[in-house]
Amino acid sequence: MKQRVWKWASLLPLSLLIFLSGCSENMLVLQPKGPVAKTQYDLIVWSVGFMLLIIVVVFVLFAVVLIRYREKPENANYEPPEEEGNTLLEIVWTAIPIIIVTALAIPTVKATFALEKPSQKSVKPLTIHVTAANWKWIFSYPEQNIETVNYVNIPEDVPVKFELTSVGPMSSFWVPQLGGQKYAMDGMETELFLEADEPGSYMGRNANFTGKGFTHMEFEVVAQTKDDFNKWVKDVQQTAPKLSKEKYDTILKPGLVGRMTFSNTHLEWVDHSKQNSHHTGKTEDHRENAEHDEGMHMEHQSHQ
Amino acid sequence: MKWSEFFVTGEPLIYAADVSIVLTVIGIVFILTYFKKWKWLWDEWLTTVDHKKIGVMYIISAVLMLFRGGVDALLMRAQLTAPNMKFLDSQHYNEIFTTHGTIMILFMAMPFIIGLMNIVVPLQIGARDVAYPYLNALSFWLFFVGAMLFNIAFVIGGSPDAGWTAYFPLAGNEFSPGVGNNYYAVALQISGIGTLMTGINFLVTILKMRAPGMTLMRMPMFTWTILITCVLIIFAFPVLTVALALMTFDRLFDTQFFTMANGGMSMLWANLFWIWGHPEVYIVILPSFGIFSEVVSTFARKRLFGYKAMVGSIVGIAFLSFIVWVHHFFTMGAGAAVNSFFSITTMAIAIPTGVKIFNWLFTLRKGRIRFTTAMLWSLAFIPNFVIGGVTGVMLAMAAADYQYHNSYFLIAHFHYVLIAGTVFACFAGLHYWYPKMFGHMLNERLGKWTFWLFMIGFNVCFFPMYFLGLMGMTRRMYTYSAGLGWTPLNVVASVGAALMGIGFLVLCYNIYYSARYGERDMTGDPWDGRTLEWATSSPVAHYNFAVIPEVKDLDAYWEMKKSGKGFEMDEEKLKPIHMPSNSGRPFLISIAFFFAGFGLVFKWFTLAIIAAVFIILGLILRSFDDDDGYYISVDEIKRTERLTRKEA
Repeated sequence: MKQRVWKWASLLPLSLLIFLSGCSENMLVLQPKGPVAKTQYDLIVWSVGFMLLIIVVVFVLFAVVLIRYREKPENANYEPPEEEGNTLLEIVWTAIPIIIVTALAIPTVKATFALEKPSQKSVKPLTIHVTAANWKWIFSYPEQNIETVNYVNIPEDVPVKFELTSVGPMSSFWVPQLGGQKYAMDGMETELFLEADEPGSYMGRNANFTGKGFTHMEFEVVAQTKDDFNKWVKDVQQTAPKLSKEKYDTILKPGLVGRMTFSNTHLEWVDHSKQNSHHTGKTEDHRENAEHDEGMHMEHQSHQ
Repeated sequence: MKWSEFFVTGEPLIYAADVSIVLTVIGIVFILTYFKKWKWLWDEWLTTVDHKKIGVMYIISAVLMLFRGGVDALLMRAQLTAPNMKFLDSQHYNEIFTTHGTIMILFMAMPFIIGLMNIVVPLQIGARDVAYPYLNALSFWLFFVGAMLFNIAFVIGGSPDAGWTAYFPLAGNEFSPGVGNNYYAVALQISGIGTLMTGINFLVTILKMRAPGMTLMRMPMFTWTILITCVLIIFAFPVLTVALALMTFDRLFDTQFFTMANGGMSMLWANLFWIWGHPEVYIVILPSFGIFSEVVSTFARKRLFGYKAMVGSIVGIAFLSFIVWVHHFFTMGAGAAVNSFFSITTMAIAIPTGVKIFNWLFTLRKGRIRFTTAMLWSLAFIPNFVIGGVTGVMLAMAAADYQYHNSYFLIAHFHYVLIAGTVFACFAGLHYWYPKMFGHMLNERLGKWTFWLFMIGFNVCFFPMYFLGLMGMTRRMYTYSAGLGWTPLNVVASVGAALMGIGFLVLCYNIYYSARYGERDMTGDPWDGRTLEWATSSPVAHYNFAVIPEVKDLDAYWEMKKSGKGFEMDEEKLKPIHMPSNSGRPFLISIAFFFAGFGLVFKWFTLAIIAAVFIILGLILRSFDDDDGYYISVDEIKRTERLTRKEA
């Protein structure tokens, strides 16, 4: 019985290797395509090293103790000593975790602060306003005055400031290869800086459950060269249809929609992050609220 | 509400469940009637205030809920085995993961732990019952009706479907208009009241009713963990009570605490939920640490290594558990300073936990380790929990957490800590203390089969999920497309889940088999135990101890065995034992709670008010109750003791 178990146990690491070799190209988090995801990747790799060390130490100690001190015919008369503890040893294994936690905490805090800011200062970030609705993603480019649904084009090597909000349940905006996620909440605005190093298509999705259509609430991030991006913007401005309030209301209705492109943005008449019901204390029609000013915006920030 | 909406319709799985529920109820009623067991049921179980019987009822309920939650889990794994499966639709899947999470935490893990603590704690501290036996019965029945109310949702009215975390605004009326989330709010409230009372009850029991000589620092480790757990319950559960009450108002009376409009604040719910929710996971993990400590020390034949450090570390963990809740939503955008603070407090939990792991390893060192089933569960806990623990530290690193959050990496992590921690502990405790409950052992051979099937299945099921998370698979997805490359790992996970299911079935068979053919425990001390519960007979006499033992050491019973003193019973010194009387009122009050809850769920306020009147009536009747209990005569004690002691 025991031997069989050991044989099986020895297969475990082997099967693990097969998994890892077979699936590694799918592990998006471990294939960063931008400085934000790269920061997180480095942090992950740094922590994995320590974790493997801990696992190896504990597993080896565990195996040695079990093999040496298991009950066997030879030690039938052995009566274990009554030891109460060992202060020195206990100090040692309190100190080691403290050291490891410190070694992890310092880069964590650094990275956490760093991710709040764009990764480069010399380039002006592109602002894209993201609205999560049941169950689609709406992207508004206020400076370019264009809007897309369920896909977003960005230029490479330019920090993008995503201003996240939601109409309805709390969603989480996640593009694994570009960087970690952040929640998009109704009546709030959260900011997420991401940046792509190279042109390509990156999967993005909602990571926070929002009901029936949640699973399908995906989007594509297309990173382009700056020229391609500018050309695309110009194209959209010239050829895409205008978004009307009526059209916008149909898009917001719960359900799934395909990709769409418009040559204006819904920010003209409503900004869901500034609905302000939290501050005025009375219900207002969302659609009348476009004019809410920047002073209110500051208040939102303090609430995040 | 129309009658056609009252019963859930349209799903073959639901109809099958309807049929099996009706058949089960008919079966139970038939068996009770045929064997004339109704009076037995009422006298021995429904009205009992005996902590041991209440403990057994908790554990039976927990095993039933493990079955329900496990079936939910298997349905989910079936749906996710292959891409684009059509086995469950989105709505059905959403309901199932919601009930799976809620049931496993609140109606499986909690009652299993509370059941074991009911049975063991009074015995370990040399007491004859808990401080408030009547309240204890009420606690159990409130938990039970809460669990039943929650469990009928899927056939009557519809299941909750907003996740076990029930985040607003999704869980509000606007996005979840049915009665499902009313069930969530009301059922959790009712059973939560029961839990809060249990916390108070055991805190008082442990502080006031220890045998002479048992100072705090001579308490068995399990009792220590329960004491700290009670403190956690008393501080954490009121938060849940308030949060659920506000949720109930929002859902039933259209208040706007957590809504999007009119000044509501959905983030408030997330904060309140996790201010309760994080201590809650320690409420189920600390007693598990206690169980492992007892089992490891017994089967290594050694005193627990570093007892003082063990006590210190659980106190430390309990304190830290209240200042880490924000790590459940680092991604809410609270800012770098806040996230950094909660990152560090969360990682700090690894320090006392690490101390415990090493102390267990050093308890084993120089021991003589017997691999009983209880011990196998406890040993397996160490490596598996370490995997869950280190990935927990990874999740605690805020900047990295943005990549793990809500992904299968998180799912793998918390199943590794909750299953390898709590579930392994429940199984270890079940095998270890089974003779104390029923007077016979669980079969070791079948027990080991369960262990290997379940433990290997658990790793096969959850280890791949770490990688699914890194691939970008998020929790609560009901399906995925083939091109993502997630299929192989999902197939593996489902195979693992099936193995766990088989392991559970073997456990159920073991319970049946052992009841019929299991080895009777005549000694009261089958494992060569160290603490006072092994000084009693198996099953334990109604009054636990004929004479309250005197405690001289940490491992009180071990000390008695070594010194050979403390066993002799001077029949002349026996005194009549004062015991509490049975009462049907806790059961009846709880039934009233059930109807009040049911009325609230469907907004049938007349029913709710009538039931509430009965609840208040029960409270008033209790206030005028002058039944002081009864005395067991010396003759009867002598008779019982001679019987059990002769057999020994």
